Amino acid sequence: MDTALLFDNAVVLLPELVLAVGVMVLMMVDIGRRGQNGSQLLAGLSVAILLLGIGASVMIWGRAPVEYLDGAISDGFALSVRLVILIAGVLGVLLSRNWFPAIERQGGAFYSLHLLAVIGMMLMGTATNLIVLFIALEIFSLALYILSGFYRENARSIEAAMKYFLLGAFASTFFVYGCALLYGAGGSSKFTQIHETLATGGGNPSLVLPGIALLLVGFGFKVSLVPFHMWTPDVYQGAPTPVTAFMSVGTKAAAFAGFFRLMMTALPSFHDQWAMPLAILAVLTMTVGNLTALRQSSVKRMLAYSGIAHAGNILIALVAGTAAASSAAAFYLFAYAFMNIGAFTVTIALERQYGNENDVEQSRLAGAAERFPVLAAAMAIFMLSLSGIPPLAGFFGKFLVFKAAVEAGWAWLVVIGVLNSAVSAYYYLRIVVAMYFQQPEQAGDEKEQPFVPASRSSVFVVVVSVLAVVVIGLQPGLWADLLRGLGQ
Amino acid sequence: MSWSLLFFLLVGAVSLAAALGVVTSRQPVHSALFLLTNFATLAVLYITLDAQFLAAAQVIVYAGGIVILILFVIMLIGGDTNDFSAAQRAWSRTVGMALGIILLLVISYSALSRMMAPSEDTAALLQGGTPEAVGIELFTKYILPFELVALLLLVALIGALVLGRQQEGASEGIPSVKANE
Amino acid sequence: MLSQYFFILIMSGLAVVLPLAAIVMGHFLGPRRPDEIKNDIYESGVETIGETWVQFRAQYYLIGLVFVVFDVEALFLFPIAVAYQQLEMFAVLATIFFVLLLVIGLMYDWRKGALEWQ
Repeated sequence: MDTALLFDNAVVLLPELVLAVGVMVLMMVDIGRRGQNGSQLLAGLSVAILLLGIGASVMIWGRAPVEYLDGAISDGFALSVRLVILIAGVLGVLLSRNWFPAIERQGGAFYSLHLLAVIGMMLMGTATNLIVLFIALEIFSLALYILSGFYRENARSIEAAMKYFLLGAFASTFFVYGCALLYGAGGSSKFTQIHETLATGGGNPSLVLPGIALLLVGFGFKVSLVPFHMWTPDVYQGAPTPVTAFMSVGTKAAAFAGFFRLMMTALPSFHDQWAMPLAILAVLTMTVGNLTALRQSSVKRMLAYSGIAHAGNILIALVAGTAAASSAAAFYLFAYAFMNIGAFTVTIALERQYGNENDVEQSRLAGAAERFPVLAAAMAIFMLSLSGIPPLAGFFGKFLVFKAAVEAGWAWLVVIGVLNSAVSAYYYLRIVVAMYFQQPEQAGDEKEQPFVPASRSSVFVVVVSVLAVVVIGLQPGLWADLLRGLGQ
Repeated sequence: MSWSLLFFLLVGAVSLAAALGVVTSRQPVHSALFLLTNFATLAVLYITLDAQFLAAAQVIVYAGGIVILILFVIMLIGGDTNDFSAAQRAWSRTVGMALGIILLLVISYSALSRMMAPSEDTAALLQGGTPEAVGIELFTKYILPFELVALLLLVALIGALVLGRQQEGASEGIPSVKANE
Repeated sequence: MLSQYFFILIMSGLAVVLPLAAIVMGHFLGPRRPDEIKNDIYESGVETIGETWVQFRAQYYLIGLVFVVFDVEALFLFPIAVAYQQLEMFAVLATIFFVLLLVIGLMYDWRKGALEWQ
């Protein structure tokens, strides 16, 4: 092993390294501060660290991909996913800044866990080794369990953390069992090595399918595919809304990135066997997610089921299993990050208006456009984008994924996907209709409540998200070229 | 039948019985003690595989640390009201058992039909699992997982602080579990 | 290789047999005349109050968790000490980074009062 080369190639992990050092600095600053002072400084510092991480990612953009330390690669796909996760991280920190009662005292711990979760998520997209993949999964999962229980004054938040942790730990055991079986099948923990061994007739192929089945439970739990989705609405609703916003995007991007890389670099020779079960899961996930979302009365639960349905859409790209499909998935996740975080940000702003601590009922939205025209307009844009109405970002995400799937010969799956999009339009548009065309029930006391201005940082997040959703929608080609898939 | 095979079967049987005890005990404390037995027999099996370092790790971390933590948790929740067996639904138990048996059959089939793939680390394994051999492997091939473990442990350290903190305004001396209600 | 562990095997065999023998012999040889006081729970000679199951405080768990973290850390550092002569500079730096992360974690818990008994 060449030591000089080891140091040179460390740039492969530069964004992760920047964030890890950043966490140390953040913790030292937090140790140094007295009492309640300086929690705004900590927030600013975390944003700066995450921006440095984005800078580092941009710096190594376009370098020839090198596999580093037998476990990490920074190809176009890894960088695209990193960008999505880092953006979600920045927006998440900005939203959390003024949200928590406890953040004045516990801010250091909160932001450190936030940054550590981002590191774990980024590593999921980078990992080329089962061990690295598993540890990365555990880093971000563990951090998110704690973050979702951070709002200790709220019993729902503790319940969410508890549920998430117990079910998540259970899913992790399936995951690590699957890793062990794949290791037994391919004789190596490296993805490429597993592929080589199995493709040349070596190894023990009979262990591959049970291995995939067990790994599917682990990944399925993280991205909330349908038989493993039970936790999603409760955790999304109970967790502090800024954490929900970050986690809904970050977890999806990270787990899908790991899932894509594992299936497409370690097990492409088994594509015929795993594509059909995944296609069935995709159909189930989209259909159950959309149909259940129709019946939700809470905005956060509705967004949770919509997230499940979106996971089904992204899974279609994995079923297709081509390089174009993986870049379409990267684009989808990029667009999803802005529209979903945007929707949650408006929810946070509305939570403040209605004095309800951690959720908004859909019935409260009636007539919201009159009272909060800007928020309602932003929410309408996010809802239209989520339902996939052109020319917004969400449309092109769906379009690229469906196109790649048709090209790979999965036309029937795309037909079901399009039908599902039509169903989803109903509950997204219902919110828009409620805001613009319905009268509030108790008009009297609603109007008398004073207007609570949204915090500056959440205004910023809404503006950025709206701009991004519109700009990505107007210039999709630019971003589709920038975001790369596997093997591109 | 060679002595080492006989020994393996004996230890393996104890290990399996302890594992069954973990899942069938009605008392959580008994489950934890069965788990301790299981960890100890696993350590013995590691020694028969020449993995001394792993055996020591198994005893120090799992038997010494993790089981104690599990016992703490059982005591924290209160050990007398924890007969969960009645809460299990019949169908979920049936489905779980069926899936477990399928997995068992598939794995035994593949183990019997064809030996597990020879690992790329076979050469290292044959040198024995002394701390030195483990150290060289760990710090040449597995530096990245090693570093990541530090991050994972850091998450655990911060998480312990967050979860263990007293709620603001809670009076001194009240156990924090009570204060959360 | 295995023969080195033969003594440990004998040792652990003895460790099981001796106390077992003491209990079994006591069972057969000792006289048994039970009464209420003898059957009572013995707790340092004081009469017991309340249930045997008391709720532990969460803090035990907290300290236990921190202990396990450093248990694992020590376990990882042991091999590097043994293999030190054969390692490269990069591995040493990696170890320093590893220790640094956990030292900061410990300092953090310490200064934030996680280790203080409340």
